[in-house]
Amino acid sequence: MARFRTWVGIALAGALSVSLAGCSSTGGKRAEDARKAASAEGRAAVDTPRWTFAMITHSGDGDTFWDIVQSGAEQAAVKDNINFLYSHDAEAQQQAQLVNAAIDKKVDGIIVTLAKPDAMKSALARAHKAGIPVITVNSGSEESREFGALTHVGQDETIAGEAVGEELNERGREQAVCVLHEQGNVGHEQRCDGVEKTFDGKVQRLYVNGTSMPDVQSAIEAKLQTDKSVDAVVTLGAPYADTAVKAKQGAGSKAEIDTFDLNAKVAAGLADGTLGFAVDQQPYLQGYEAVDLLWLYKYNADVLGGGRPVLTGPQIITKDDAAALADYTKRGTR
Amino acid sequence: MNATQVKAVDERILQTSRLRKLLGRPELGSVVGAIAVFVFFAFFADSFLHAASLSTVLYAASTIGIMAVPVALLMIGGEFDLSAGVMVTSSALVSSMFSYQMTANVWVGVVVSLLVTLAIGAFNGFMLTRTKLPSFIITLGTFLMLTGLNLGFTKLVDGTVSTKSIADMEGFPSAQDVFASTITIGGVGFKVTILWWLALVAVASWILLRTRAGNWIFAVGGNKDAARAVGVPVAKTKIGLYMGVGFGAWISGQHLLFSYDVVQSGEGVGNELIYIIAAVIGGCLITGGYGSAVGSAVGAFIFGMTSKGIVFAEWNPDWFKFFLGAMLLLATLLNAWVRKRAEATK
Repeated sequence: MARFRTWVGIALAGALSVSLAGCSSTGGKRAEDARKAASAEGRAAVDTPRWTFAMITHSGDGDTFWDIVQSGAEQAAVKDNINFLYSHDAEAQQQAQLVNAAIDKKVDGIIVTLAKPDAMKSALARAHKAGIPVITVNSGSEESREFGALTHVGQDETIAGEAVGEELNERGREQAVCVLHEQGNVGHEQRCDGVEKTFDGKVQRLYVNGTSMPDVQSAIEAKLQTDKSVDAVVTLGAPYADTAVKAKQGAGSKAEIDTFDLNAKVAAGLADGTLGFAVDQQPYLQGYEAVDLLWLYKYNADVLGGGRPVLTGPQIITKDDAAALADYTKRGTR
Repeated sequence: MNATQVKAVDERILQTSRLRKLLGRPELGSVVGAIAVFVFFAFFADSFLHAASLSTVLYAASTIGIMAVPVALLMIGGEFDLSAGVMVTSSALVSSMFSYQMTANVWVGVVVSLLVTLAIGAFNGFMLTRTKLPSFIITLGTFLMLTGLNLGFTKLVDGTVSTKSIADMEGFPSAQDVFASTITIGGVGFKVTILWWLALVAVASWILLRTRAGNWIFAVGGNKDAARAVGVPVAKTKIGLYMGVGFGAWISGQHLLFSYDVVQSGEGVGNELIYIIAAVIGGCLITGGYGSAVGSAVGAFIFGMTSKGIVFAEWNPDWFKFFLGAMLLLATLLNAWVRKRAEATK
């Protein structure tokens, strides 16, 4: 044991001396702090009662997209003096149970996604019976009204895909590859369906293992090596766009890389021209609007959109817009 | 059979003894399988035999292979590790976040990350030998804890679920050279992970076949109690093997970080099974005491060829998992059959 302690001591001393000697004069937290001028720290702007809203999504663990939705909802909650509860589960059945738990807790409003509508139907009926207003976000624009929700905030996946197809046409592309990072995800299929619908050229689908970046890279690389005629690669999530760029370089391909969704790296890629365009559904807006609309309903019985879906996208972002968005993506709100 | 005896008998028997020795090699089944898969895709996928394609396949194989080597050693030692997949992500996250938050040279983060992954490995091994619980339970616990830590800690420190870019920090280019560069040979780019992989296979083979520690690994995997009775330090060997997995996770994690410079905290889940599959296809027995490092490399190579071969052949990927499962069964059956034959003729 004594020898073990000596080793731990040596290791710690070593690590400490390396970290003392090895400061970086570029980048890092210090640079971020310097960059960050006094950003407005949120305070409640209203004195309505402190209502409790619950948001239950079908997000998986560690999803960048849902992180932004959550951040939008949280900031609206602070402004509206709302006690905001967030939970998520990728399994439809578990998600329905979370909704039921929120109803049991007698929250004042529920925000929910309908990625697998059938599983959520009875839970939403129960919320309706309990008199809890519900707003659906992101997916389920068709079922939202039928299930008794006030309104739906989100983007239609097929419409977003169609926007991509049109943009590809405008850019004179002929052979596109649609990269799906989750096999069996209905939303992903709808996006590629949308691209197929409006794109005049040929669309091929490539399924990759989204939990392993090296696998994503080598799969796209293999595809580009096999089919030299591919001149556009469309990824369905922002983190995969940069990986596709690496694959393109590895394969020596001239294909343009385009993507759904946005993050800091995508904004940078758009600005320096390594990416063609991104189609954004503004996840921040989905979270923010959902909370704000629930508050408006509680406060003033307002319903936006007259029961019709309120669309948050698709917004096509190109080189021209990228610079303005860079700071917002860095702070995680775009 | 010792050397003098071999000299005494005639050449024909020497021949059979060599064949028998070959049949007894754990990786034999997988080598046959690898050749079959290679020929198969060479025939069905036009672009499979191009040098560039081969480099892609090797890259895919190496990212699995780097982890399959220590996982194979661990399995020979009679244990397995379910936390290996997310540990790779942890390694990348620790390195990135430490450098960023401390505004330190990225090499500092790399060193800290090595210490952390070795500590996680040591924790697994220590818990296993102390509590005598099965490795399934211990490493399942570590797997879940690491998955949660990866997400929770990243969110806590960075405010989002992915890390911030460290590409503009000091030391990044040199670290990138070490962990994620591309070496161009004859106009074709080969990823440096292939070198790491081959080096690991060589070192692991040397340890297994030429050192006392290698004998210990086979002994604790074959029969723990008998090993302890003849003086093999069972606990030390097992802790060392888990730390080996930590070391592999460190290399893979640093590759992840320096090739993409931003790390998604939710990644890596499920990859532990891929490493185990590669080791098993390569001839490691799930019950321990049998297997080889070269075999794990062949297993990883089969994996790389299959996953990318399907893309090269432009097939429907819906069938990939089925193909993989069938191969796993075939390889295991072939291994079992070969071993039985080899033992029967001994």
